[in-house]
Parts: sequence; structure tokens; C-alpha cells
Amino acid sequence: MRKLLLLFMVIIVGLLFIGRLFYLQVYNKEAYSLYEDNAIRKEYNYPKRGYVYDRNGKLLVANQPSYDVMVIPREVEPLDTLEFCSLLKITKEDFKRIYEKAYNYSPRLPSVFVPQLSKKDYAVLQEKMRKFDGFYIQKRSLRDYQTTIGANVLGDIGEVNNRNIENDPYYKMGDLIGKQGVEISYENVLRGVKGIKFIQKDRFNKNIGPYKEGKFDTLPQPGKDITITIDSELQQYGELLMTNKRGGIVAIDPSNGEILALISAPSYNPNILVGRGRSKNFTKLFRDSIAKPLFDRGLQAQYPPGSPFKVINALIALQEGVVDTNDKFTCRMGYYYGSRKLTGCHHHKSPVAMNDGIAQSCNAYFVNIYRRIIDNYDDAGDAMNKWATHAKSFGLGDFLGYDLQVGRPGRIPDGDYYDRAYGDNRWGSTYIVSNAIGQGEVEATPIQLANMAAAIGNRGYYYTPHIIKAIEGDTIPSKYTTPNYTTIDKRHFEPVVQGMFDVYNEGTAKTLRVPGIDICGKTGTAENFMKIDSVKTQLTDHSIFVAFAPKDDPKIAIAVFVENGYWGSRFAGRMASLMIEKYIKGEITRTDMEDWILTHSLENEYAKPYSGEPFKINGETTLQVVEKVQAPKSIDYDNSISTNSNQPNQ
Amino acid sequence: MNRENHRGFKFDWVIIVLFLLLVSFGWLNIMSASHVGEIENYFDMSQLYGKQLVFLGLTFVLIVLILSVEAKFYERFASIIYIVAMLALVGLFIFGKDVNGARSWYGIGSMTIQPSEFAKFATALAVAKYMSDLQTDMNTLKDQLRAVAIIVLPAILILLQNDAGSTLVYVSFFFVFYREGLQQIYLAIALSIIILAVLSLKFGIVITASIAALVIFGIYFFRRKKRASIIQSVVVLLICISFSTGVKLFYEHVLKPHQQNRISLWLRLEKDPVKLERMKKEEAYNLIQSEKAISSGGFSGKGFLEGTRTTGKFVPEQETDYIFSTVGEEWGFLGSTFVVLLFVALIVRILILAESQKSQFSRVYGYGVASILFIHFTINTGMVMGLIPTVGIPLPFFSYGGSGLWGFTILLFIFVKLDSNKINEW
Repeated sequence: MRKLLLLFMVIIVGLLFIGRLFYLQVYNKEAYSLYEDNAIRKEYNYPKRGYVYDRNGKLLVANQPSYDVMVIPREVEPLDTLEFCSLLKITKEDFKRIYEKAYNYSPRLPSVFVPQLSKKDYAVLQEKMRKFDGFYIQKRSLRDYQTTIGANVLGDIGEVNNRNIENDPYYKMGDLIGKQGVEISYENVLRGVKGIKFIQKDRFNKNIGPYKEGKFDTLPQPGKDITITIDSELQQYGELLMTNKRGGIVAIDPSNGEILALISAPSYNPNILVGRGRSKNFTKLFRDSIAKPLFDRGLQAQYPPGSPFKVINALIALQEGVVDTNDKFTCRMGYYYGSRKLTGCHHHKSPVAMNDGIAQSCNAYFVNIYRRIIDNYDDAGDAMNKWATHAKSFGLGDFLGYDLQVGRPGRIPDGDYYDRAYGDNRWGSTYIVSNAIGQGEVEATPIQLANMAAAIGNRGYYYTPHIIKAIEGDTIPSKYTTPNYTTIDKRHFEPVVQGMFDVYNEGTAKTLRVPGIDICGKTGTAENFMKIDSVKTQLTDHSIFVAFAPKDDPKIAIAVFVENGYWGSRFAGRMASLMIEKYIKGEITRTDMEDWILTHSLENEYAKPYSGEPFKINGETTLQVVEKVQAPKSIDYDNSISTNSNQPNQ
Repeated sequence: MNRENHRGFKFDWVIIVLFLLLVSFGWLNIMSASHVGEIENYFDMSQLYGKQLVFLGLTFVLIVLILSVEAKFYERFASIIYIVAMLALVGLFIFGKDVNGARSWYGIGSMTIQPSEFAKFATALAVAKYMSDLQTDMNTLKDQLRAVAIIVLPAILILLQNDAGSTLVYVSFFFVFYREGLQQIYLAIALSIIILAVLSLKFGIVITASIAALVIFGIYFFRRKKRASIIQSVVVLLICISFSTGVKLFYEHVLKPHQQNRISLWLRLEKDPVKLERMKKEEAYNLIQSEKAISSGGFSGKGFLEGTRTTGKFVPEQETDYIFSTVGEEWGFLGSTFVVLLFVALIVRILILAESQKSQFSRVYGYGVASILFIHFTINTGMVMGLIPTVGIPLPFFSYGGSGLWGFTILLFIFVKLDSNKINEW
């Protein structure tokens, strides 16, 4: 016993220590990473962010250097404050205040002392910087927009948030990342890869030299430039037309799916989201819940498409073989089921066949053919499913797959949808005739309608719309270069295209003709409602227009959507025609139409629901006339204090 | 001497191999912990690892000397060696040099020598000599007191030099006394003292006294035979209570604030988070850094000279008392376990050999060597991995420093020599 006491203790202590080591080094331990090691300082070297060019090679987004004066309070030595303050153009009180703030934040970590010096101040200060211990100048790169248009497309960059850092460990606190538009879509291309230097620290947080002689250090790889499909001239013209209105315009090149213009009004000057004012201005944009400048109406405005959707029903009816182009239907100012009027119509000649049905936008005609589609099957559910498959093959009812980050799926109801709503087999074609005329449950966004027009113009296929035209040293994704075919045979398109052409010749858009261009279009008018003090109130209809041109071999397909613009050809039709002329001819001959658009404003219309008083809509109203708009107006907080600078005098 | 020719090498191989492994691995870690910039020349005398290499070289000279001296010399001259070592300690008060508040060094030119490192083997020799004396009987109080006096003298001298850590080493001789026949009751008392001290500090006097009362009266009632009188029990209880109070008073009034804080952190006495945070920053900085360095090593370590915390000198005094954290960071769980096993193997081997000694002197000395190494290893390694409150004593054969290395080498190789001689002791 006496012999064994120490022996036992030695063995027990040995086991205890091994257990403790196991706990410290194996059990309680995360995988070692140089990046997480706080004995190693990581210094990042940021590459140049890629430039953005428009389809014609015009530079839209570049970079500008910005210089911040940084301070590490603990390393500050007594200095000539007077000289320092005069160099920085601050007062001695400012100096004290900022210094104390930085010190309270952390004496050891760098804080921004004075942000974003001008180049001139920087040049003077740089020479003298060595005199001021604890202060240094940090260069940052900011975006420099060469234009005031296209804020919704170009987007902006800002500091990463915690979610970005969690999702991708590439990002560290304070890094910049794309926040909207192509900046976020092509973040990985534009940003490049930052370089890193590992520096060994000692326990006083002092650098004692490169870690492993810089064996693991990397050089930054510059971001790649991109060319986007936007035609900045067309984009600017669209924004001009949209001044004093709210809505969206989407123009697509049907031959390849390139987005030529993507306008959302009201918009803002992208430069207000650069530099010192960014967070203040972004908050203002974000909080504007009435004009919603951050809401991209070209991509996100999901509404019943109205009459433009009728052409889809015509195509489905032909494909399903339930109607012949010569079949005529009577319109008695509406469609009657028995003695019940299911839908109304406006005054036009009757009876009509397909061509006039489209050109005159006859509701009764489309209800008739729609009921034939549905009643062609024994089960209405099967019929709706078939119908939905056809409609969806035009890119409707789901996300299109374009390369911008915002959007809405739209809605194409199928059999299940109504089974859920009414119960299995408890509904029939008469329940759902609103779909015939693009009202009811059908909903779409402007870009889906523009894509639909492109598919019709192409006679049966479309390329997924996209904003990227070229990436420096790379190709664009193959999904943007392979066509998507619709379920409608090519031969069925000709009569429908002819009908859309006749919309311009003799139909609802005959006043909008542009000499020398064969435009095919379709007007649309969509009822809409808003809750005012929890009462559902009808507002003036949305004006919608869908078109492509020229008729054979189309070069542009377009959808225009103007909030509360009333009937389709009134605002949207005019704008579509002007946009088409601008793109194809490069100049405007229909200056009368242009003048009308530029001298009429809908701002009064938009103010109505917020006036707190009862108001009139649609035909009972008169249109507000304004002085002719000269240039696109966008929200530009830098130039005006007022947040509603885009509002006209009322 | 003819005998050794056909018996071959008579020294214990196992100890020598373990010793070589420890000093060479120790030196590699000193190099890692102390190098500044690139390592160009191992003999670079401006760097600590260069100096340590010279110390190592001298160590081998020392070993040859120790092994070539007649074994009987150590027994005969034990008292003289002891007296010389004690004089060296006393001399510090006159000629010593202050380093970090401790007056433990003689300065000779740029060299410093720490006599307390040599006092250990001297004391071990003296204890062995005294215990192996035929007239010594460890069952008598008088001889017990004399034996204790041999270890208390250097302990007090070292304590007076403000080197509390090294004083603790002399407690290790308790194991030697116990092996050589100290009554069981002392073991019980030693255990009671440790338990009582910890309980009083952790839970206060009242709870400690209640527990002591329960245990004492429990024993009183359950031991029907040889029952101690009730008065005896009460007296024991009173002693316990006064000891408990004494510990509390000692902790609060005698200990220096930094010593209080170390104990407080170890027993987790401080509950106020603000104070705790401040205490951690002030007192536990080394400890926290050392634990971080060890745990950052993981299973297989970052590799030799690759430890970022070691290179960045995050752990203060890493090449001396905290050398084990370098092992932990650069060699990981595998390397640190290897070192722990080396020490356990060495101590166990010494114990086995000590038991096999025929002369009592050799056995007691062997026990002394094992106990001293055990205490050093336990306290130092335990402290570096955060199991024991901070006490500044070196890790044998590992920590930087010539005096320490030589002290331990002499300690160990005198035993190797004694062991090699056992065949002649008939």
C-alpha cells in the first residue's frame, strides 16, 4: 500500500491530463482556419469593380475613388490639432467630438474620422499625413454613374449585411455587395476576387511581419466588365414619356430575348445612392409607400392583363380546333348566358369573326370561343388544365427566369385552382368566363406581356428575356440563347397576327399608326380597386398596351402599363407606338402623339385616393394638362430637399 | 570494475532514453517559442534557443562527471552538499540579484544562477541520508520533526526570496516520508487539511463546520469498538473550525491580492461579472492565452514553428513556465499526450527502480527524485491547461533556463548512478 500511493497518483494525474487535453483540443475544438485565427491579421486588397456598358457600348457605370481619413485612437500621438483641423476643414470642437466617438467605439480598432474627402483635399493631406500618428487615409471605390436613368436596372452597391456574410464567407464586415439591379445579378462577375495578405500579430496587436513570408497571400483579381442589353437612348426616351405617370415599359428584342428597355416610373437618379447620402436617401425611397420608387413596375406590377390576353385565347381555340377563323359570333353589347349578361362589351359591328374580334376587342366573341375550349372536354377541370398548359407555354403564370432579382410569377389558373375554389366538378365554363378577356383570375406582369408579344411575333417561340449581353472574357448562360417553343402550331399564328395588325389598321388603335412601320398591337384596360379607409373603392382603369413591330420579322416587342391611365390606347398605346418608332427609326415623326403624352399628367389622378374626399373616376374625369416635359424627371434628393420633387404643381 | 565489462552498459537505458527524448523535444519547443525572425544558426547566442543549446551541451559534460564519480560519494557527502546548498541560498540575501521581484539569482557577468534549482537534489540527498541512518525511526515524533526540519529549512529560505512556487516543491517529500513509514494518520490529516481548506474557501466557515461535525460525530457513533471519547471528538471539531477560520483569515489578510485572485478564479468564488471580467483580464491573461493556444492546436497541431499564437508571442513567458502551451499548439493532442506519457513513464520507471534498490539510501533518494518530478510536472502542466491555480514553477527538462536544466539533470543522474551501483551493494 505504501509503495503504491505515489504510483497511483502519477497514473491518475497522467490520465486526468490526457482527458483535459482531449477536452481542450479534440472535443471542444472547431476546425482550424487561418481566416479565423485572431493571431493573424487579414488585410484585404479590393479589386476594381467591373464597368457596365449599354448595348451600344456607352459607359453607364464606372468607379470613382473616395478617400476616408481613418483613426486608431490608441496610436494617436500629440499633434498640431490646428493644422490638422484646417487641412480637414473641420473645427477643433468637431475634432474632439469625433475623436471621442471613435475612442468610445474602440481604442484599438480603426474608425472613420472624416469620410469621403475631395480629391483636392486628399492631395494636400496625403503629403502631410506622416506627421499625424494614428491617422491614415483609406481608399475606397465607389460607383460612378455616367447617367441619371435606369436606376431600377443598374441598381446599386452597399455594405454587406449579416445575412450576406452568413451565406457566403467570402464577404467580411464592411465589404460592398450589389444590392439591386444588375449589381446583384452579376455580383460575382463584377466584384472580382479580393486579394488577401496574412500578417502575423503579436499580443499587443502589433504587426510583426508577413505570415510565412506571404506564402498564402493572394493578389486581387479585377472584376469583369459587362455589357447589358439596354439601349440607353430608348430607356431615356421611355423615362421621358413616363414622366408624371406611374407604370412600367418593357421592350424586348424578339429575335434573341434581349431587354431593350425596362422602365419603371417614378424612378430616381442612381447617383443618390452613392457615397455619404446613400443610407439617408435609400431610407427615403424605401419609405415612400405612395409613389413606391423602389417597386419595379416593369417586373413586379402583377395585374389582370385585360384584353391583350384575348389573343392567347384565340390561339388556344385554333390549336384545340374548336373554332375556325371564319366562325362568326353575335355581340349584343355583351355576352348573354340565357337572359343573364355575363360580360359587357362596347359598341362595334356585329357579328364578328376572329379578325374583327381581335381588332375590335369584342368581349362576346372571346367568351364564346373560350366556352368552346372548355366545353370541348367532358370534364371542365381537364379542359382548364389543357388551357393552362397552352397559356403557360407563353411564359405566363410563373417566373420567367430572367436575370434580374425582382419579379412576380403572375397567375394562370388551372383545373385544381377552381376545384379548390368551388369544389370538385361544381363549376363549369360559365363560372370562369372572365378568363376569356384577361380579367378574373388571370394575372401577369408587364415583362410577361412583352415576352408574350415576342412569342406571338416570332410565331411560336421566345427566348428567355435577359439583361446581360456580354461578359468580359466569358459567355452568357445558354438558357438565354436557346428558344422556348409554345404549344401552338406555327400556322395558327398568322390569323391572330393579322388581327393584331388590324388593331392598328381599323381597330382600337387606329389613331396610333406610325407611318412606315407595320405594328401589331393589342389594347387593354384593367379595372382596379384600392382599399380606402377599409372601403373597397374603384379607381380609374389601368391603361395597358402590348405590341410588336414590324409585323414580319419583328425587331421589338413591347408592353406598356400605365397606372390609372384609363383605356388602353389613351396612354399605353401612344407610348408603345412612340417607343417602337424611336427604336426602329431613331426619330419621332408622330410629334403630335409625343406632345400629347408630354403635356398630360396623371399626378392629379394619383393624388385622389389620398385627398380624403370622394372622387370621380374613368370617363367622369378630365385629364390634367401640364407644360411640356423637357427631360425625364426623377427623384433626385441631392438637388432638392423636398421628397416629392417629382410631383407637379397642383 | 571488471564486472561491468561483461555486463555491458550498466546504466538504466529506459531513463536515459526518456531523458534524451524530453530534453531534445523540449529544446525544439523552446526554439519555437523564443525565436525572433528566421532561424539561421542553431548556435545563435543572441537567441534563447542558442543559449539553451549551449546549456544542453554543458549538461552532457555534467552527466559524464556525475556518472564517473563513485556512487558512495553521494551518500558520504550528502550532508556537505546540503550545507553548501543552504549556504548558497542564504548568500542570496547578501549577494543576490532581484529579477521580477524575486531575489533568487546570483549574477556572474551576464550569466545568472538560481541556487534554489540545486537545493532540490541537495535536499533529496540529505533526506535520503537522514532516513537511511540506522538510528532514525520515523515512528518517533522527534525523528519526524528532524526530517521535516531538513525540508523546511530550504523551503523557508526560498519563500523569503519571494519565490512561493518553488517552496511548494518541498511538499513533495511528504510522499517520501509516507513511503518510509510515516503513520497513516498523517495521510488522513493531510487529506483533511486540503479538503477543509477548499471547503472553507468555497462554502464559508459555517457550512464547513457543519460538514466536519457530521463526519466527526458520524465516525463517533458508527465506530463501536475503539470509540474515541466524546471530548476527543469535540476537540477535533474545534480544531477543524479554528483551522477553517484560519484558512479564511489567511486568504483574506495574508495572501497578496494577485494570489487571492488566482485562488478565487480557480474555485470560481467571484460572482460579480464585472469584477470577474476585470480579474480575468488582470490575473488570468496568461492562463487564457495558454488555454487558447493549446486548444487551437487541435488533434494533430499546427506543425513545428507553425503555431501562430506561439510565433505572435501571445502567451507570456512561453519559453519558461508556459512551454507546454507550445507543445499543445504546434503538436496538438498527439504531441501533448506524448509528452504527458513521457513524464508518466519516467516517474513510474524511477519508482520501480527505487523499489528495487537494496540500499535504503538509494531507495529514499529515488523516491525523492520521483516526488520532485511529479510535483513539478503536475503543478506546471495542470496550471498551463487551467486545472490548477497559477503557480510559477518550471516544467522539468522542457522549460528554458540553465539552472533548472542542470538542477534536474543532476537530480536524475545521481539516481541513475546509484541505481547502476546496486549490484555492488551486498
